[in-house]
Amino acid sequence: MSGFAKPLKIALGLAVIAGLIVIPMNFNRYGLFILSQWAVMTIAAMGLNLTLGYAGQVSLAQGAFVGIGAYAAAIMTTHGWPLPAAIVVAIILSFAVGWVLGYPALRVQHHYLAFVTLAFSTLAFLVFRNESWLTGGIYGISNIPRPHFFGIATNKPLPFYYVCLGSLAIVSLAVWWLIRSPWGRAFMALRENPLRAQSLGIDTRRYTLMAFAIGSALGGIAGALYAPLTQYIDPVPFNLSLSLDLLMMVIVGGAGFFLGPFLGAMIAVLLPEWLRFTEGYYLMLYAVAVILLLIWSPTGILGILDRAMAARRTKAASALRAVAKSRLETVQ
Amino acid sequence: MSNLFDLLVAGLATGAIYALVAVGFTLLWQTSQTINFAQGEFVMLPAFLMLAAMHAGAPFWLAIILGILLSMILLGLAFKMLLVDPMMRHGVLPLAIATMALAIGIKEAVKQFFSAEASPFPSIVPTGDISILGHIVSLQSIGVLALAILAVFGLTALLSRTSLGHQMQAAAQNPTVARIIGVPVERMILLTFLINAFLVALASLLITPIYLAKFSSGEVLGQAAFIAAIVGGFNQVRGAIAGGLLIGVLDNLAASYVSTQYRAAVPLIFLILVILFRPQGLLGRAEERTV
Repeated sequence: MSGFAKPLKIALGLAVIAGLIVIPMNFNRYGLFILSQWAVMTIAAMGLNLTLGYAGQVSLAQGAFVGIGAYAAAIMTTHGWPLPAAIVVAIILSFAVGWVLGYPALRVQHHYLAFVTLAFSTLAFLVFRNESWLTGGIYGISNIPRPHFFGIATNKPLPFYYVCLGSLAIVSLAVWWLIRSPWGRAFMALRENPLRAQSLGIDTRRYTLMAFAIGSALGGIAGALYAPLTQYIDPVPFNLSLSLDLLMMVIVGGAGFFLGPFLGAMIAVLLPEWLRFTEGYYLMLYAVAVILLLIWSPTGILGILDRAMAARRTKAASALRAVAKSRLETVQ
Repeated sequence: MSNLFDLLVAGLATGAIYALVAVGFTLLWQTSQTINFAQGEFVMLPAFLMLAAMHAGAPFWLAIILGILLSMILLGLAFKMLLVDPMMRHGVLPLAIATMALAIGIKEAVKQFFSAEASPFPSIVPTGDISILGHIVSLQSIGVLALAILAVFGLTALLSRTSLGHQMQAAAQNPTVARIIGVPVERMILLTFLINAFLVALASLLITPIYLAKFSSGEVLGQAAFIAAIVGGFNQVRGAIAGGLLIGVLDNLAASYVSTQYRAAVPLIFLILVILFRPQGLLGRAEERTV
């Protein structure tokens, strides 16, 4: 995105943020629900983007962490705890489990790692379904309360949408800061060439585990918001397909781009809704759209933009070179 | 003990079907680095093609032939030319994601154009029981096992005894050198896709009478085949066969000796242990890593 002038970029960003705050004010209940879902899924996809896009560790378990966060929040808030406390517990829990799940990544890479995390994802689903003393089993947990903030109840869809949007803003700022910190650079070094990273003195072991743990913690936050959003959870939404969906969001949006998860979640959550007028065909069309997009640009939507910018820059550079050359020739 | 014997036979029968699917899975990986996340849906679809042929009035034998041919065209030829070929050069991950999307597409298409309900499917093997060594065994299990073993042996014979098989192996192991010595690598890769399509169609024919034809049945099957392929050895055909049989037996034993709730967990935990302590699989060779 560096082709834009900086003030223009800031103005565009502010316009989008203002739009996200103002436009939904006259949305109906369902529209607000979908938009809140987009915000929640973006948080989860951002976590996976850290693990996969920046640190290069394939994970098919992000859906399980959303589940862990959702169950933590559901169980605690139905027992009278406030949501912020539940979010903290969700973060700690998924951070710890994510850290442990990172250990296989120290031994195996790529597709093997994908399969270990896939197995973990299915195991987590079995625990959600079978440990009914804790999770309510297949009947799930209902009547999950929505929080009060500063004395304002967020029971209505609009206030809760602002809770989701606010959380998304906080998480985005934190991730923005993280990928620009030395840690973010270490993650990228890990992705590009782990051996060279190690030879430069980066503790690849610690950063691999960190990439998993932080990415998973964001999944936990998303889950802790998902539970009060739907106000009812059962194991089904947290099966393997959620992990696969989140992975698709990251790749389709553009893995390793900061804005990738926002676009990817938009396509995965909103595109099926827009295609709903096609009735039974909408998921088929969605699948075809994803395949076509990946054939066209395997680096996702932002990959297209990135290449276009790069092409424009090369063009500009070669134009400058041509000018410089002709000047040299006239001097001679 | 009779219980254990029955479990073993049933386990080997489902395991043999897993092996068919897992072999196809490893073939695609070896020749084109395709991790096919739609492999389970590939097994689900041919049964519906056959059912559609029967609804159009074809007798069962003709429906089987049509179903297998159509699968080879759709899941072999079209899959390779329309999806794998344009994406292969982009690396493993985008292609794997595209097959995930394909899995959604196939599932939804079957749900939309056929039915969301489970449909019964005729068995190619006569039902009934026979007695072996004083044990009552279902004829279906024996028939499935026999057919699957026949297919697997046929495939291994093709790969290890014929010139065509040697060319395929060469194309898989080192495409560059294979090309230099005159192996038509592209054609060999296409052939593995056709073989995979044939194997999944056969697996579909064998397993659908047991579990019914349903649009969502591919999820479980695909996962079982993944696990079988990895446990046995991702880069070995015989590894995938052993892995398939092992997972089938393990699954059946777990169902009766561990709780039914956690039966699915046993193969998964086994998978994690294998990947952590023997990532090349029980029978696989270690893959070389490049820096």
